[in-house]
Parts: sequence; C-alpha cells; structure tokens
Amino acid sequence: MRLKCPANFRIIRLPCTGKIDVIHILRAFEKGADGVYVVGCMEGDCHFKSGNFRARKRVEQASKILDKIGVGGERVKMYNLSSGEGPLFAQYSIEMDKKIRELGPNPVKTALQAKKKAA
Amino acid sequence: MIIASKKPIEEIIQEVKDYKRLLILGCNECVTVCEAGGKKEVEVLASALRMHFIKEGEEKKIDERTLERQCDHEYLEEIRDVVDQYDAILSLACGVGVQFTAEKYHSTPLLPGVNTCFLGANEQRGMWTERCQACGSCVLARTGGICPISRCAKRVMNGPCGGSGRGKCEINKELDCAWQLIIDRLRDLGRLDDYEIVAPIKDWSTERSGGPRKVVREDVQV
Ligand code: SF4
Ligand code: SF4
Repeated sequence: MRLKCPANFRIIRLPCTGKIDVIHILRAFEKGADGVYVVGCMEGDCHFKSGNFRARKRVEQASKILDKIGVGGERVKMYNLSSGEGPLFAQYSIEMDKKIRELGPNPVKTALQAKKKAA
Repeated sequence: MIIASKKPIEEIIQEVKDYKRLLILGCNECVTVCEAGGKKEVEVLASALRMHFIKEGEEKKIDERTLERQCDHEYLEEIRDVVDQYDAILSLACGVGVQFTAEKYHSTPLLPGVNTCFLGANEQRGMWTERCQACGSCVLARTGGICPISRCAKRVMNGPCGGSGRGKCEINKELDCAWQLIIDRLRDLGRLDDYEIVAPIKDWSTERSGGPRKVVREDVQV
C-alpha cells in the first residue's frame, strides 16, 4: 500500500501509547515541534487494557498546560485506529498537518529563533 | 501521608515572574505519591515555565532538582553548594518542606508550588481523602478504627448528631456519616458495647488549639 502522507512529521515509536507522559509531549514543544499527535489503538482494544486511555488523559493534560502558557492546546491531539487502517493513518496525518499550518509555527520556536538572530 | 494538590500554573507564573534564576525543588515522598510535587511534576512544571518565559521574550534560568525529603536536614543539605546560583526556590513539597527549606536557606526567597491539603489516603487512582487531623491523642481504639475528628464534620465525640440521615452527613449527601460508619463497624466487630461508653471530654490541648506542637524523644536523641 503506497499512501501519500505529509513529509514534515517524525514518527516516534512507542511499545504502547500508555508509555507516553506529559513531559514527552512538552519536551517536543520545547525543542520546537509545531504539533504533536498520538496515535493509539482503538479504545477497548489495548493489549495492555488501558494504555490508550492513559494516553488520552495525558494528551488532555498536556493540552491544558499548553493552553495556559499560551502555546496552544489544539497543537496536540489523540487519534485512535487499528493496525490495519493505513489509509486512516495517512488521513490523520494530513488532517493534523492542515490544522497545524492554520495555527502557524510554535511560538516558543519563533521566540528562540528571533533571539538567535538578534544575538 | 500528606496530601497536596498542584497550584494553578497561572498563579505560579505570577509568583515567579520577577526572579531570573529559579530552582524548582521537588520532594520524593508524600507529594510524589499524590502526584503533586515529585520529579515528574517538577519536570512538567519546569518545561512549561521555560516555554512560557521564552515565548514572552524573558531570559530565565529554570533548573530542576528533587530531594529525597525536604523535611530533613540531611537531604536539604544536598543543595547547599548550589543555592547561591538562584534568586528563588519554588518548592513542590508540602508546607513543612517549604518552611524547612526556607529556614535553612534564610536569604533565598521560597515559594510554594502546591497547596497542602490534609493527611489522607489514596482511596482510588486520582482520589485522595482525609483520614486524620493529627489531634495528638488518638481515639481510634474506641471508635471502630474510624476517626470522628477528621471524618465527622462537627467532630462529635458521641455521635451521631441529629443531621445524620440514611447513613449520610447533613453537610453533603455524598459524604458518609462518620458515626454511621463507626456504629456499623463496631456492630460487625461484635463490639457495640464500646458504643455505649460515653466518651470523656477530649483534651484538645494536644491538638492545634494548644498552639504549635512539638514531640521530643530523649530516648532517641544523641
Ligand atoms: S517535605 Fe512534606 S512531602 Fe516531603 S517527605 Fe516531608 S512531609 Fe512528605
Ligand atoms: S483520633 Fe486524632 S490521631 Fe486518631 S485518627 Fe483521628 S485525628 Fe488522627
């Protein structure tokens, strides 16, 4: 299956989305990412029972923090799909890419770049 | 353990905004277990604050450190050689930890990063409930192991009061009446006779009303 995906995102593999923590998401933004999305298995299908539910909660927590510090909570999102849904995976990446383009670059990155230029 | 809850990040931003070099100091004990001020929370808060101030174009140094405990001299000594590098410390320990750190590092401003709530238990994931008010003279032996001081809204010593209905407290329909719990458990234990004993007037001098308290143990002092 050859599917078209935006080329500007990096895939970070996890043994289970339950491994993701708020700090991992925040660090991505601190390092300049414009958006982060987590793709877990379908709800109810987690091999470890509640990994994807934990991930969803952590994505929500990160989103709240990003809102409060003015980076923007919509820059993070949780998706669910089953392993056989390649086209959906591609669709989600296109959707996320579009949304982030609308939101513009991560303001933390912009501020850091401006500082570098000034120096 | 001591239960604390995180302070809103907006409040913390206000408190720390005037300090250029900040140390966020976590504690490995109670506040780690109740997910308010352990290493993880320190990391998340530090990252969020760094991003916030970078975005605002403010130059700040925000470092992270988590001690085994902040209510013990020996662990607090571990930061003595770095403390001069900071304009303030934001402590995520309970109020005890914040104060003990402040006492030790007299010339460094100390800010609390959590709200210290009560002495309680981890009743279920994400839920902590009060169990003890440290009254200094425990009556649990007579009350079926259920504390009427921390769990009864009126701290009634010979309860229940007239506001107990269907096992619930009159202040809140979700709240169990402590005295109902006491009677139920005494019955299950076959010790309802204990309930008949009228509790003597409690000596509150061992509680906070007697002023700040102190425990001295000469047998362990060296
Ligand atoms: S400083 Fe507070 S949170 Fe830390 S161990 Fe001591 S009592 Fe517990
Ligand atoms: S009787 Fe006093 S010491 Fe015992 S649990 Fe209640 S408040 Fe704590």
